[in-house]
Parts: sequence; C-alpha cells; structure tokens
Amino acid sequence: MDTVLEVKGITKKFPGVLANDHVDFNLRKGEIHALLGENGAGKSTLMNIIYGLTSPDDGEILINGKATHFHSPKDAIACGIGMVHQHFMLVPVFTVAENIMLGSEKLRNGVLDIVQVNKDLKELSTQYGLEIDPTSLVHDLPVGIQQRVEIIKALYRKAEILILDEPTAVLTPQEVEDLFIIIRKLVDQGISVIFITHKLKEVLSIADRITVMRGGKVIATDDPKQTNEQALASQMVGRTVILKVDKTPAKPGDVVLSVKDLHVQDDRKIETVRGVSFEVRKGEILGIAGVQGNGQTELAEAMTGLRHAISGEIRIQDQNVFNHPPRDLVEKGMGHIPEDRQKHGFVMQYPISDNLVLCSYYVSPFCRRGVLQNSAIGTNAENLIKRFDIRTPSPYVPTSKLSGGNQQKVIVARELSRNIKFLVANQPTRGLDVGSIEYIHHEIVQMRDEGIGVVLISAELDEIMALSDRIAVMYHGEIVAILPADKVTREELGLMMAGSLKPEVSTI
Amino acid sequence: MDKENLKPQEPTPPEPINDSKFINIYLVPILAVVTALILGAFIIWWVGGNPLLAYKGLLQGAFGSVRALSETTVWASPYIFAGLAVAVGFKGGLFNIGGEGQLAFGAVAASWAGYALPGIFHAQIPPILHILLSVGIGMLAGAIWGGIPGYLKAKTGAHEVINTIMMNYIALNLTSFLLNGPMKDPSPSNVIARTPLIAESARIPAIFPNYRFHWGFILALALAFGVWWLLWKTRLGFEIRTTGLNPDAAKYAGIDVAKTIVIAMSLSGALAGLAGAIEVTALNYRHELGFSSGYGFDAIAIALLGKNHPLGVVLASLLFAAMRNGATKMQFLTQIPVDIISIIQALILLFVSADAIVRYIYRIRTPQERVVYTRGWGK
Amino acid sequence: MDLKRSIFITIIVAFLYSIVILIGKDTTQPLIILTSMIATTISVATPLTLGALCGTFCERSGVTNIGIEGMMLSAAFFGWLTSIYLNTIYHVTPLPSLLIGVFVAILTGGLLGLLHAWLSVTFKVDQIISGTVINILATGVTGFLNRQLFFEKGSIFGGNVPHAPGTLPIIAIPGLSQIPVFGKVFEQQPIAWTAIILVFVANFVLFRTRWGLRTRAVGEHPRAADTVGINVSFMRYINVIIGGCLAGLGGAYFTLESVPSFEPLMTNGRGFISLAAMIFGNWTPLGAWAAALVFGAAQAFQINLQFFRDLIPPQWAFLQQSYIVGLTPYILTMIILAGLIGRTTSPAADGTPYEK
Repeated sequence: MDTVLEVKGITKKFPGVLANDHVDFNLRKGEIHALLGENGAGKSTLMNIIYGLTSPDDGEILINGKATHFHSPKDAIACGIGMVHQHFMLVPVFTVAENIMLGSEKLRNGVLDIVQVNKDLKELSTQYGLEIDPTSLVHDLPVGIQQRVEIIKALYRKAEILILDEPTAVLTPQEVEDLFIIIRKLVDQGISVIFITHKLKEVLSIADRITVMRGGKVIATDDPKQTNEQALASQMVGRTVILKVDKTPAKPGDVVLSVKDLHVQDDRKIETVRGVSFEVRKGEILGIAGVQGNGQTELAEAMTGLRHAISGEIRIQDQNVFNHPPRDLVEKGMGHIPEDRQKHGFVMQYPISDNLVLCSYYVSPFCRRGVLQNSAIGTNAENLIKRFDIRTPSPYVPTSKLSGGNQQKVIVARELSRNIKFLVANQPTRGLDVGSIEYIHHEIVQMRDEGIGVVLISAELDEIMALSDRIAVMYHGEIVAILPADKVTREELGLMMAGSLKPEVSTI
Repeated sequence: MDKENLKPQEPTPPEPINDSKFINIYLVPILAVVTALILGAFIIWWVGGNPLLAYKGLLQGAFGSVRALSETTVWASPYIFAGLAVAVGFKGGLFNIGGEGQLAFGAVAASWAGYALPGIFHAQIPPILHILLSVGIGMLAGAIWGGIPGYLKAKTGAHEVINTIMMNYIALNLTSFLLNGPMKDPSPSNVIARTPLIAESARIPAIFPNYRFHWGFILALALAFGVWWLLWKTRLGFEIRTTGLNPDAAKYAGIDVAKTIVIAMSLSGALAGLAGAIEVTALNYRHELGFSSGYGFDAIAIALLGKNHPLGVVLASLLFAAMRNGATKMQFLTQIPVDIISIIQALILLFVSADAIVRYIYRIRTPQERVVYTRGWGK
Repeated sequence: MDLKRSIFITIIVAFLYSIVILIGKDTTQPLIILTSMIATTISVATPLTLGALCGTFCERSGVTNIGIEGMMLSAAFFGWLTSIYLNTIYHVTPLPSLLIGVFVAILTGGLLGLLHAWLSVTFKVDQIISGTVINILATGVTGFLNRQLFFEKGSIFGGNVPHAPGTLPIIAIPGLSQIPVFGKVFEQQPIAWTAIILVFVANFVLFRTRWGLRTRAVGEHPRAADTVGINVSFMRYINVIIGGCLAGLGGAYFTLESVPSFEPLMTNGRGFISLAAMIFGNWTPLGAWAAALVFGAAQAFQINLQFFRDLIPPQWAFLQQSYIVGLTPYILTMIILAGLIGRTTSPAADGTPYEK
C-alpha cells in the first residue's frame, strides 16, 4: 500500500510543555489509522501541525512522498487534507451551503453563486450517501448532522486524507455506528482516515492500525487484532490501570433531594428539560446518563440555581427550593461541581486561597462584620491543599497557573470541605488525565460512603457505569428510565440513550 | 487499592516564573510615560518649539515653588477622586466613561445644597453639617448619575460604555440649562453661566491663608486608602472584584451580580460626584460652566496608568496634575499651547494600554495573561 | 429589520414630526414644514449613517469600534484644514479644495482605522480601550493644532482663521427635485447622497460577495474561518480600515458639507450615537440606516423647532429651552439601547481578539 502521509521527527514546544517530541507517524492509502492517547498526550498538536494550524519547531511532513511546508490550513487543504475538529468549525448563523463554501467560494459575476453550490452539494451527498439540506441554518441542526456537514465540507475541498478529531464524543452509540458506516464507505472510495480518540473500544472496532501517544511521544503502533483494551490502556497511561472503581454496595438513607416534573428552557427559549422527576437519597450515587445536549446542562443549572426553571418542584429534604438563588441552595447543603469549570468554577486570576472560599467567603470565620479574615482564608487553603493533594507551590499562586487536574481538585476540595448534604457533579472528570480521574472518582465514592447524596451527570458511559448505584437515562429532555446499576448492561443503556429502547418496567 | 496508588503521577509544578513584580507593576507604566514624553518632545520640536525649554517650563510650573506645588495638589485632588471612580468601575468589570457627567452633576448638586439649603430651612445651618450635606448631596447626585447606566446594564444588558457617554451629554445639556436658567447667579453684574456663591457655612475652610492647597487633597489621599481597603479587604470588595473578573463564577458563588453591578457603578459615580462636590465646597465656592474640561476622560488614562490600584491612581494623578499645572508656565516660556498636554496624555494612555508596544520597544518579556478590562456588547 | 422595530421607528418619527407641524401650522403650511423636516432628517442622518456603517464593517469582522467619534472629529479637522490650506495658501478654487479635503478626511479616518486595527488586532489591546485612546488622541490633536495653527502668532495662517472655501454644492435630482414643495427633499449635498448609495453598496458587499461572507465568518467564528485558510487578522485589518474611511467621510460632513468651519469637539457624540444606530439596526447596513434616520429625525426636530420658538404654547414652555430639546437624541439612544424594542444579537466574536 502507498503511504499518503508521513511525518518525521516532529517536535513542538509550548511555554513549559514539550507537546510533540520527535513524533513519527504515517498513513497508508485507504486505511483507518487510529491515534490513541490521553488528554494532553499531544494528539491534537500533531494534527494541528499536519493541518497547518501550527508550525512545528522541527521535523518534516511528506505528502505522497514529497516534503511540504504548510504555512496555513490553506496549504494543507490544497494538498488534499481535511479535518473534522472536535469542536465543530461551523458558523452557527450561516446555512450549510455557506459554511461549506466558506474559503472556497463559487462566484458568478463577482457574486456568491449559491445555486451552483447547492447543486454541487446534492451531487456529493448522493456520491457518499450523506443526506443534507444545504439551505438549513447550522444552529438548527442536531450535532450528528453538523458532523456530517463537517465531513462534506472536507470532501467538497477534495480531501483525500481526512482527520477526525474525537468524532464520537458527542454521539450516541447508534450515531457512532452510523458514523463508522460512513467512514468505511469513505475508505472504500480511496480516502484515508486518521481517527483520533481516547476511547479504547472504538479503536479496536474500527481501526486498521493504532498508534498510541503519551507525553508528546509515540509509544507504539499496534495491530488491533493483536492487542486488547488492557494492553492499550497501559500503553496510553504508562502504568497498569485499574479500569474499575472499588466500592461497596450503597446504604441509601432518607431522600435528600427530590425533583418533580421539572421544566427548563435553554438560552434560545427551547424547552430542553421536559418534566424530569427523580429522588436522591443520602449515601447513594444517582448517575444521569445521556448524550450531550439532551438537557443535562439545563437540568444541572436549574437544580443549582444558575438558571430559572419554568415549572416543577425541587426540594432539599422537605424544603421547597424551586428557583431559589444559588446562595440559598448552598446554605441548605448543596455542593456543585460545575460542568464548565473555567466559566463557573473559579476566578482564574484569584489565588487558590480565594477560590477555596468562593462560596463561603462571607461567613465566619472567613468574614467578620463585612471584613475578610485573611489569616483564616490562608489556613483553610493550607489545610485543603494538604488534604486534597493539590499540587501547588503556594496557596497564593493564581489558579490559572495550575494544571487542569489540579484546578478541578480545587473545586472538589472547596465543595467537599463544606458541610454539604448532596452534591451535583456535572462532568467532573472531563478533560482530565487518568490519575486525576481516579482520584476524583475515589473522592466521590468516599463522600457517598459518608452519607452524602450524589447526582453524577456524565456523558462518559464508563464513568456512569463505574460510579453509579442507580442510573437515570436522559433523552430529549426526559428521563426514560431509572434503573439499578447492576441490573443493566452497557448495550441497553446505549439504546436507551438513543431513545430506541423504552424499558417496560422502570424500576426505582 | 491503597491510597498511594491514587496520587496522580504528575509532579508539583515549579514556582511560576515571577515576572518580577517591579517590572510588571511599575516599569511598564514608567516607560510608557517616558516614551510619551519623548514623542511629545518630537511634536514640540516639529511645531517649532524647544522641547528642553518646554519641559523645563513644565517642571518649574509644576514643582518650582511652594505655590507651584500647592497648585499641583489643587489639580491632583479631582484627578484622584475621578481616577478612583474609574478604577472602582474597572474592578467591577465596568467601564465608566461617564466621570465627566457625574462630576458635573455632583458639582451642580453640591452648589445647590450650598446656596439654597439655608433658604429652604429658613435657618443658618451649622458649618460642619452644611458641609457634610453639600458634599453628601453632591456624591448622591454622582451616584445616581452613575447608578442609572449600572441599573440599565444589570436589568437590560445595555452596555455601560454608550450609556455613560449619553449620560455625559445629558448632564452637559442639563447643567447648561440650569446654570443659564433656574440656578444662574442672579447678581446683576453676572453674565457668566454660573451658580451663586455657596453660603459661608458650606465652605470647607482653607488650610493656609495664601495658598489654594485645600482639605480636598488630604481627603483624596485618605479615600485612596479607603478604596483600597474596601476593594481588597471587605466582603463587598470581594464581590465587586469577583463580578468584575468572572460574572458567571460570581453567580455560582451566590453573589447577586445585578446588585453588585449597580453598587459598583453607583460607588464609581459617587466618587466622581465627590470630585465635583469638593471643587465646589473647598475651592471655587460655586459651580461654573465648563470648569471640568476633561477630568472624566483624563481619569480613564489615570486609572489605566495606575493599573487600577489606588496607590497607582494617586501617583498617576500627581503626574497628570503636574503636567496640567506646569503647562501654563510652559506656554508662557515657549508659546506651545497647553493642549500639547492632551496629546502627551493620550500617548501615555496609548502606551499604557498597548503595553505590548512598550515591551517591544524596550524588549521586556511579556506576561502570560492578558488583562481584560471590559466586555463587548454581547451578553 | 423586524416588524416591531419598524413600527417603533415610524411612531417615533411621526411623533416628532407632528409636534413641529402642530406648533408651526399657524404660520407655515404643514407640507412645507414636513418637507423641511424630511430634508433635514436626511441631511443630519448622514454622519450617523456613515458612522453606523463604519461600526457595522468593524464589528461584523469582530472588532468593536468605540473610536468612531474620534475618527470623525479628526477627519472633520484634517479635511477642513486641507481645504482651507489649498484655498488660502495655494489659491486653489473652492470646489477642488473641498473635494481634496473630503479625500484627506477619508484618508484620516482610514489611518485611524489602521491604528485601531494595529492596537486591537496585532497587540490585542482591549478594543474598547483602544477606541478610547483614539477618541482622546483625536480631541488632543485637533484641539492642539486648531489652537497652534489658527490662534497663535507666527503660525502659517497668521493667527487668524482664514476664510473657508464654503461647503459642498447641492446636487438636485433631476425630475424629482422639480416636484412642487416636496422636491426640496431631493436637493441634498454630495456626502448625503454618497452615504445613501453606500448603505446599499455595503449591504450588497456584506451579504452577496465573497468578501462579505468571509468578513461575517471572521466576526462570528474566527477559528472556523482560520481552519479553511482565511487570514483572520488580514480580514479584520481591512474591514477596520474600510470602517475608518467611512467614518472619515462622515467626519467630512461636519466641516465640508454642513458648515464651513471647525470647532473643537464639534462631533458632539454623533460617533457614539452611530454605534447605537448600528446596534438598533442589528448590524445590518439597511437597519443601521433606518436607525440613523430616527436619530436624524430627533435632531431635525430640534433644529426645526427653533424656527417656531415663539409659537410654542406656554404649557409646552420646556420646548423653548434648546438645552432641553437637545436631550432628545441622547435619551432616545438610551431608550433604544435598553432594548425596550426587541433584543439584538451581536456578531458572536465581536470584541474578542483572536488567539491562535
């Protein structure tokens, strides 16, 4: 088989990080080559270099055997490289056609020729079996279709090498199956695919070859037929990984949080939570599974007072707290690990010590008669840094200087150190390295054992399965089932998350 | 699974490279001033003046005698108040361009309280009380003038930048109306748009008989300390700073963001109003149209030059006051119009805000984070 | 422009027009007043329209521009300076002096646009602060030069403001301007006509051409544009410079079209009102023009009311106070911004520097 793309000795330094360290990688014509690695392993940097978004400090790129230098994505596109980014590169207020032609516009007499573009898109759609309406606005399309737009966008530019960056992160298991069918179809037509992911099961099922990266280096290139999950995981992390979380059966107590018939709208006034009800007891973890964008964000925000709900009931023990402000909920015993930690979780510029009292700065001992008590704030920080093993040179370092894992530990430390009755943990380990994930999982289970009720919202099925005592599946703003974690399989959950399986009995 | 295994493999990060506090906080602003002065010299030379002579005049005019020093502090007091006003706004994530209007309105209100209150009460008011009333009413007027755009921002999301500017024009028109009409000094010889003199009881007494140095300057210094204490040591200050740096996190932390925005803007307006009230009660004893040409805008440059820190604001105010005060002597010596100072100040603002230029010229390493002062129109 | 806003515009304009007509109807025919109001509205809306177009180009590409005021003021000064310089020193006849003056005004705006782009795109200075720098710089430079050149002894004009070459001539549209009475509306000066033409040109460019598509993409999602090979910085630079040129033309209106003189601070907040017009017009040229006309009507109200000052009935005495009537555009701006009349959405990346 011909090698269509080869990179040799790619090195890229960012301030303080060696993102790529003499990376070698090659792609053969018509193959699916998976690039596997943890967050921060250097996969995205490598792809950005191949796509001309960043230039390497050292090393060379060969396309069809010819050395090339990319100054911008334009050069990469001209060489037949297309990329589908993890965060879609689509302008939400543009139509599909406008998005696809952007940068390679068709003109007639100096005016954009939308008619011609629409015609071209019809042809492409039929050739690759990718249904699409060129006139719809992108922000009206579901994510699965948006991804399709991204793929067509690359094909429209005559891409022969297609880079897919974490393409399955936002898809349901069924949509993943559809995507795999599309990818195989593309490969049949002679397109070569680089498939970036950190999910082990997927690589094993789709890839022809697997290259594992860790800490900016290529660790190995494997044949999927001769390896397995466990082996890939240890290559990825560099040590033996225990894929299971150790925990004893839950001993649920009284109901601590109950939500009844909750309705919430998103920013665009679309009702994304449509009559959700559940209860959480002391000492149990209720996992809310679901594909991103099925209302979990709005549900969590409404539960934690960050968003006004339309109707319903939320009770902490027996007090009605529906649409109460966050401070009131915090005072009644809520802990919250927010989904977007940099947006809600802390003030980047503040020292760690201040972020550790972000929700309690106004009460004794941190504040007396309106005056902040810096010594108490400092002591608190030193204690929590020790107890939660936050790696920092000092409590007074700006929080922005910490790594993602340590930033998340600041939030976990702050929330768990307060006297809370229940915890809403929304995507608590997103984007973290395996070490931090294990640590945070362990803390959450320990809190449960101490009698705290936990609502765990996660898009990672593995995380839900590993931690939850009961699992609620959310689909299209509704909870389709609440099941005991040990009575349900991965496959069943997957089907429910896609809305295609309605369990006859939804046990509580 | 034992606890040891759970510890992340990652090492403790090294102490972040300290961008040597001195360089960050003082060196860049100082170099910005130096660069602006060099460019200013160039402009003076270009229009046919002698830069050295001009700057010598500037220095003499600002510091050359006890009287010059006294006059510099007279210029500095409103600068400090107004600079603190802008700095408080910035700390709350709000760009208060309305200092001009708040100041004018504070001055009008304080004058009114100064000359009209005894008539309204049909009685003499004890001096201390009358002074406090006049200054307080002036601050209140400024607070309202700043609070309105704050309220509009909090409730409707309308950007404070355009609204504070509109409030400036509204204040300008209303002040012109009042000083030419209902509040005009009725004495028969008067042709100027100005208020009557305020009552003796509303006047803050002079400190030295022959110098205009007044209590306002001392109050300004005290208030600079007060603002620092408020912002960094109190609960309210924490709330203002958190809202300014990250309103989403502030909401998460249980802070009433809308309320904090209104408080921060009112506080900012009150400080600017105080600048006007003090000019009336401690210095001019009346308000005259056009006395505050550009304080509100200079205050923006002062706050940025002072890095939004009260001490920095005091130092920057002294610098700007010295330039304004020395400019007259400079014009006398070299016939360079005092307006050159506006250009130099604009250049200082340019180099302070675009510190990348200064860092580039003088090859100073860039810190990793950009400072965000304001937010765009979007919600 | 949606229905709600169109209705609002109509009501405001009708309201302002009717007050003047009601007050003046005893001495002047309503149609004459109406004609005069419309003609004034179109004329005084010119700098607002051009300023709003400037804002639209800048912000559609993702750069907030609060420096329009300063750009206009500088352009007004340098355009005027050029025209009188040519006219008095080189004895160039008035019309060419004025036209070259307009050209210099556009150039001045463009250069300040370049400065704004340089600060906010290259150095990633906070864009609102960069705009404020331009405003303060413009005030300082024009004030200084105005004093230095015209009021200092030994300056090139000998310490006097020389006689200006007048203002740009009126261009009457043949046919339409012959309509009795109402034809007056079609007698406007060249910058006013150009502004109206530019509204349609801008609309075409932004929504029908490759340049427009790329500009909008850069303002909405610069990274997406970058990944398809569009140079974000370049697009922003050029759009901000185009915007500067438009603001410069708007500045020329003040000293070369409206009155033949320069006063410090003569733009009087029009640059900021332009921004409000741009926001009200939802970042579209046609919408911005409509909004500019509303503000123009507010100003026409103020101007035309003066003619009938003595006829104002005593119960409306406050309308005799020019300072009070002069508040109209500013208060209108605040009402409109408070979003009482429908929310608008700014380009998603407006005001944020692009970090690769």
